[in-house]
Amino acid sequence: MNLEWMAWTIPTAIFFSVIVLMLISMTIWQILSPTIERRGFLPLSTTRGDRLFIGLLGSAYIHLAWIGLTDLTLWLGLGIAIVWMVIVMRWG
Amino acid sequence: MDKWKDNKAWFLVLPVFILVAFSAIIPLMTVVNYSLQDIFGPGQRVFVGTEWFQEVLSDKRLHDALWRQFLFSGLVLLIEMPLGILIALMMPKKGWAASVSLVLIALPLLIPWNVIGTIWIIFTRPDIGLFGAAINSLGTAFDHTARSSDAWITLMLMEVWHWTPLVVLLAYAGLRAIPEAYFQAAKIDGASTWATFWYIQLPKMRGVLTIALLLRFMDSFLIYAEPFVLTGGGPGNATTFLSIYLVKIAVGQFDLGPAAAFSLVYFLIILLFSWLFYQVLQNVGKGEKA
Repeated sequence: MNLEWMAWTIPTAIFFSVIVLMLISMTIWQILSPTIERRGFLPLSTTRGDRLFIGLLGSAYIHLAWIGLTDLTLWLGLGIAIVWMVIVMRWG
Repeated sequence: MDKWKDNKAWFLVLPVFILVAFSAIIPLMTVVNYSLQDIFGPGQRVFVGTEWFQEVLSDKRLHDALWRQFLFSGLVLLIEMPLGILIALMMPKKGWAASVSLVLIALPLLIPWNVIGTIWIIFTRPDIGLFGAAINSLGTAFDHTARSSDAWITLMLMEVWHWTPLVVLLAYAGLRAIPEAYFQAAKIDGASTWATFWYIQLPKMRGVLTIALLLRFMDSFLIYAEPFVLTGGGPGNATTFLSIYLVKIAVGQFDLGPAAAFSLVYFLIILLFSWLFYQVLQNVGKGEKA
């Protein structure tokens, strides 16, 4: 199968692999112990999947803001996004 | 749990999943790949990291197009949602008149998008168009190709004429689904027309209005064909919305990398707002039930 038209690169391949791994592990987690909707610091009741979505969307915006507003290395932005992700998943 | 024992239903979801994979997920992955590279042609590409994102995020013309787009979508929602509900409330409830008005209301939705643009070009022409000539005969020089305010007025009129019917149809369906008992109860309590609307009809329409709002927001935010045909983004850049600017970069200049980066930013904006609207509309009034 020739995937040249999709113009794959190593970073994007890693990125999508991580997303797929997240979805698979969330599914397994859900089967083992189904999520209970609850309310954290976010102004709405969320399930685990909701919090993953909010975390990922927020991470995307954190990266965009980092690129748009600073000239610093993107790894710092990634660090902030991971912290944000953990906070949302745990206390969101 | 029982639901994990019989998983045959998953096979019924499979066709949709495959369809979405080919129509949305794989193209989206390709766009992500493009956004980090300089593409010269098939097989010729260089990895450039976040350069295109930096370029796109600091692009003044893109910022302008973005504010223009928000203004347009905001105006569209502010006009079309109340107008659509109002028309739906005034429409006949049953009999032949209901069928006739439904068909008449739905007519603009059947016209292809590029034809809509052409219709309105002719309709608003100062020399032969009914609308243009009528306005000009009142002593106002109306020309959507020369004045940006006129271009905006024409676009808004066209958009409202084209898409309010969708809101009307959805709101009408929502109204017809309300059981008669609610209105009888309201009558016994002596509720005014406004109270009946505010406490019965509007909350009962929440589901359909959510869909109407999301569809209208996404469609108006992605609008391309109508302004492209009607004004081509002009006069100047007055009606250059995000999609028009995007197509200029991608097809006009063949800058696939910046266009891909731009598309992802665009996608994230739509994702955020659609999610926000959805959450707000799902949670409105929830506290009242308790």
